[in-house]
Amino acid sequence: MPDAGPSTGSRSFLSRLKSGDEIARIITFIFAATVVLITVLLVLQLWHDSTLARHKFGVNFFLTRVWDPIAEEFGALPFIYGTLVTAGVALLLAVPLGLGAAIFLAELAPQKISDALQFFIDLLAAVPSVIYGLLGIFIVVPIMRQHVQPALKSALGFTPFFSGPAFGVGFLTAGIVLAIMVIPYIISVSREVLLSVPRNQREAALALGSTRWESTWKVVVPFARSGIMGSIFLALARGLGETMAVTMVVGNTPIISPSLLSPGYSIASVIANELPEASGVYLQALVELGLVLFLFTFILNGLARLLLVLTTQKGSGMGHV
Amino acid sequence: MKRLAGLLMVVLALGGIVVAQNALLINGAGATFPNPIYSKWFDEFHKANGNIQINYQSVGSGAGIKQATDGTVDFGASDGPMTEEQLKAYSDKHGSGILHFPTVLGAVVPTYNIAGVSTSLNFTPEALAGIFLGRITKWNDPAIAGANKGVSLPAEDIVVVHRADGSGTSYVFTDYLSKVSSDWKDKVGKGTSVNWPAGLGGKGNEGVTGLIKQTPNSIGYVELIYAAKNNIAYGAVKNASGAFVKADLVGVSEAAAGAVKDMPDDFRVSITNAPGKKAYPIASFTWLLIPAKFEDAAKRDAMKNFLKWAITDGQKFAEDLDYAKLPKEVVAKEMKAISSVQ
Repeated sequence: MPDAGPSTGSRSFLSRLKSGDEIARIITFIFAATVVLITVLLVLQLWHDSTLARHKFGVNFFLTRVWDPIAEEFGALPFIYGTLVTAGVALLLAVPLGLGAAIFLAELAPQKISDALQFFIDLLAAVPSVIYGLLGIFIVVPIMRQHVQPALKSALGFTPFFSGPAFGVGFLTAGIVLAIMVIPYIISVSREVLLSVPRNQREAALALGSTRWESTWKVVVPFARSGIMGSIFLALARGLGETMAVTMVVGNTPIISPSLLSPGYSIASVIANELPEASGVYLQALVELGLVLFLFTFILNGLARLLLVLTTQKGSGMGHV
Repeated sequence: MKRLAGLLMVVLALGGIVVAQNALLINGAGATFPNPIYSKWFDEFHKANGNIQINYQSVGSGAGIKQATDGTVDFGASDGPMTEEQLKAYSDKHGSGILHFPTVLGAVVPTYNIAGVSTSLNFTPEALAGIFLGRITKWNDPAIAGANKGVSLPAEDIVVVHRADGSGTSYVFTDYLSKVSSDWKDKVGKGTSVNWPAGLGGKGNEGVTGLIKQTPNSIGYVELIYAAKNNIAYGAVKNASGAFVKADLVGVSEAAAGAVKDMPDDFRVSITNAPGKKAYPIASFTWLLIPAKFEDAAKRDAMKNFLKWAITDGQKFAEDLDYAKLPKEVVAKEMKAISSVQ
């Protein structure tokens, strides 16, 4: 049993039970424990169902790049690479845009406009990912192939990052679609955090002679940074796990290429695509990929906590991830 | 009032149980490709035999085999025959085997989008294998141009599109390529998912079609039924007799008829690259996987009756749904096999 909650005082267990406090505590504790239990069971199941693959490939699973269901050779590297690159591109695009929009909505825009826009942003966050995938296929991909990718190639084609044929689909396109998907999260959470910065912080900055922008950029944003960081990690987690929209625009080819124009693959996509027809070691390799994705999320959450601890010590406001 | 409602609930629940006991419920799972006709069949069969209800979940061939092996469903369905390993796993678990019954036929067609080319193209086996191996990279390559005299093919790069999801369509296509190209057989092989040497992956027939429509100078493959339903142009393929055949239901049935004389007793036969002048070379049966031994006699009889009906009277629904009918010879052979189910 966990320690007693607040305000239990010196009343006897029986009287607390009678008043309902104890019952409420036990029930809510069970609910809370369920979350932990589900997580543990999930990992155990993934671990158990990937035994064959883990034993057969060992650490090579993370180091090789061949994915051959017929020869039963499985290397996760192209999928890990694709997942990180697409999510990375998404953050690179979404963070400045989302943060900028959040600052405008929280600090500069009139209340009415801010509230109205927030309504639309919340609406965007609730759009199912397959819709974003369709948007990607029918609008983003043709624009990428006909306009953006040729322009990038002619301007930056000498670097390895923008070389190769312009298929329209690929890492960059998947990153852009993901960015569109995660921006609402960043805006929504960041705006809330910025709005919750105490008024006296702003007033103090203004009183010291700073301009409005200086008070926003040098006082309000740093004060809210842990919450903003939280919104970014939320976006990253969404980007890593996104399946449907990515598989529709990434090209579904397990290759590792420095070129952002190249087609690629992600962990979530390959699991969704190949699981129904897989069996034996093949199935287990896919389950192990799921384990890898889980591990990623776990590590990222850990990093987020760490970052939070490191930054809050320097005197910023308490946010929440 | 509350008590009355409660009583009503109990009566309804009991009624439900009684009804459920009267109806014989049979569950199956497997291939997605024959799902439209299976749904039609199960529906029609239920209309004729009110007490038998067959549920089918189109979860994919691999999952169908797995669920049949695990015993979570009464029968499975697959677009590719089960492997020796899978058969062994089944009989190890159940103590008796599982039988393959061809139900209808389907075909896979090459579809493409080349700027300025609107005529139907001819593909030789060498050209298809070369393109999907990533060795033939330009549309004006002699291997393609040689079979398409009079068509001006551009000197553009070929963009290859294949299925990204595991599918029976890929199985049939790679089975065909494995037969016509030893390089393909050695380097890639056949399966519902393979390590594609070239190209982009699209999810489902619609994903492949979408990529091809949008990408100039691309080529891919889709099911005939999908191409026919969506008016997608596709090319002809050179068959084993040297004739270029554009896929249609007659050509597919022809391919099956050509394969009949070599048909093994367990029906696990590939009819890609089949002999016969009119035979379309990238065709395949799709199979129902039925246990050789049922524990429940009522289920066994229902299943046997259904199978007999499906391969005879049921075939009349096939062509409306763009599936090719079983040739007569196969039906006769299957009728014998059905009687062996215990």
